Amino acid sequence: MNIIPLFVIIPLFSAFFISLTGRLFKKGFIDAISGVSCFLLLALSFYGLNALNHSANQAMVYKVGGWMPPFGICMVLDGLAGFMLITVNLVAFFVCIFSINYMEKYTDKPKFYTLFLLMVTGMNGLIISGDLFNLYVFLEVASIASYALVAFGTEAEELEASFKYAIMGSVASGFIFIGIAFLYGFTSTLNMADMSRILGASPSSWLVPFVSVLFLMGFGLKAALVPFHAWLPDAHPSAPASISAMLSGVLIKALGVYAMVRIFFNIIGISAGYLSALMFLGALSMIVAVILALSQWDLKRLLAYHSISQVGYVFLGIGLGTPLGILGGLFHLFNHSVFKSLLFLNSGAIDYSTGTRDLREMSGLKEKMPVTAGTSLIASMSIAGIPPFNGFFSKLIIIFACIQKGFYGYALAAALGSILTLASFMKVQKYAFLDELKEKYRNIKEVPPAMKFSMVCLAAICVLGGILLLPSFKFFLSGAAGVLLEGKEYAGIVLGAAAKP
Amino acid sequence: MSLYLLCLTLFCVGLYGVLRKRNIVKIIIGIGIMEYSMNLFFVLLGYRYHGRTPIDAQNQNILNMVDPLPQALVMTSIVIGLAATALLISIAIRIYEKYGTFDITKIKRLKG
Repeated sequence: MNIIPLFVIIPLFSAFFISLTGRLFKKGFIDAISGVSCFLLLALSFYGLNALNHSANQAMVYKVGGWMPPFGICMVLDGLAGFMLITVNLVAFFVCIFSINYMEKYTDKPKFYTLFLLMVTGMNGLIISGDLFNLYVFLEVASIASYALVAFGTEAEELEASFKYAIMGSVASGFIFIGIAFLYGFTSTLNMADMSRILGASPSSWLVPFVSVLFLMGFGLKAALVPFHAWLPDAHPSAPASISAMLSGVLIKALGVYAMVRIFFNIIGISAGYLSALMFLGALSMIVAVILALSQWDLKRLLAYHSISQVGYVFLGIGLGTPLGILGGLFHLFNHSVFKSLLFLNSGAIDYSTGTRDLREMSGLKEKMPVTAGTSLIASMSIAGIPPFNGFFSKLIIIFACIQKGFYGYALAAALGSILTLASFMKVQKYAFLDELKEKYRNIKEVPPAMKFSMVCLAAICVLGGILLLPSFKFFLSGAAGVLLEGKEYAGIVLGAAAKP
Repeated sequence: MSLYLLCLTLFCVGLYGVLRKRNIVKIIIGIGIMEYSMNLFFVLLGYRYHGRTPIDAQNQNILNMVDPLPQALVMTSIVIGLAATALLISIAIRIYEKYGTFDITKIKRLKG
């Protein structure tokens, strides 16, 4: 049996089941359904990558309805897709466990799970889609679910942030749609592999730069690169903490980074000018966002600015275009999704116990909330790049790759960004967890066990993340980097895998 | 060619609405106009000169027919646009309940 369509079927089915029957069952049953479906997705993504690693082909192709690829829709699971599926479903699983207790303070839990699972559907579908228009449809499913989730609390600020995000997101989707229309008009096909083949056989001098700019604007807005970042510091903090973890942890990467690199590296084909644009925008985001983050007092807003900065590192690494740079960029993508979702879950835990997000209001919480304080310390050191944790290795690889290619300025900028990140997180640690405990927080309690479980597991991944670089686990990262490095040979690999029975 | 220019004009009208208008309902209408122009453009891409409808019938020799695929895709795109517009309108209604205004320059509690 082919497992590829299950990545879309499981969350989509659970979402509709919960939305239709959510009011009939007890709350515990709804929690169990969404937890089980997220766990199944996580297990399936590990199984899928393992099967891919042991199979002779470099890609597994599922033909929807049995139609052959240039005509029908196909779903493709290759190294990069397997890597992204594990990242998305890992974070989704822990966020789902965390939400069981955290979402108690909101009224309508079944609707929350419906939107959450629809967002997971959109991201999983986008990642395994082998058809450009399908990619757009899943991108919109994930985006619209996330607009609704940002407004989930329906307070004034949340609605305002959601409106801003939805307008920006709609304009971005519009640019992506026009780009797809132009590509279809030129190649008369929507299959990504076939499109890549046709663009390789008959290159067009005007189409590629024009479409590149449209996609850079569209996906740049979705990924919040610096000139297009204005919506993110409003939208991500306004959502419930578990959703902020999903949005910052994986949504901007699946919708922005993954879709962009897949289209540019595998379909259109990369050029030196485009790569230098990516590197420049990445370095700009890295520095500008971290400077803006230094002056924030709202904990979640500070974390949101750091998301922009860390996505800058990912783009800098991938934009180098060398094997080492792409490996570092993808490794940083995985690490960032782990530690940034952990940090947002920590902020949610603090909010759950004390009811505040302002750093000046909290102090000395270490005494009352040891698990939150410990995991937050691990995540802060990871994001700042302190040696034994995973963030250190990925930043080191990116800086090495910059030096290897002779970009000393970018290497210096990456190091500087890391130091400013450390400064900013020392502020978080000092104000939130150290110092004297305030009088009004004498009676707060540590969060319930399910929330502790997610935070501790994510912290363990932060500590052990470095072992992914060891030779026995290397296929996880090098398989993903290999897909980007193979470039336009993607067409041959996918069409070849589809031709086999 | 003039039809494509018309699409571009319509797109610019929508973009102007999004960027310059202060009333949030007008901004949503601007988004709608942008979506219509994009859909129109995509349908036009499938048009063939003197083409006929792409319906296959017995004993007919179809020489020249328009491309049916963009029409199917635009149907999907219209539905997505409907969902986005419905969500935006419902957010706008809630914003009016909270702030008592549709003026985007007065809706600014978030900053920094």
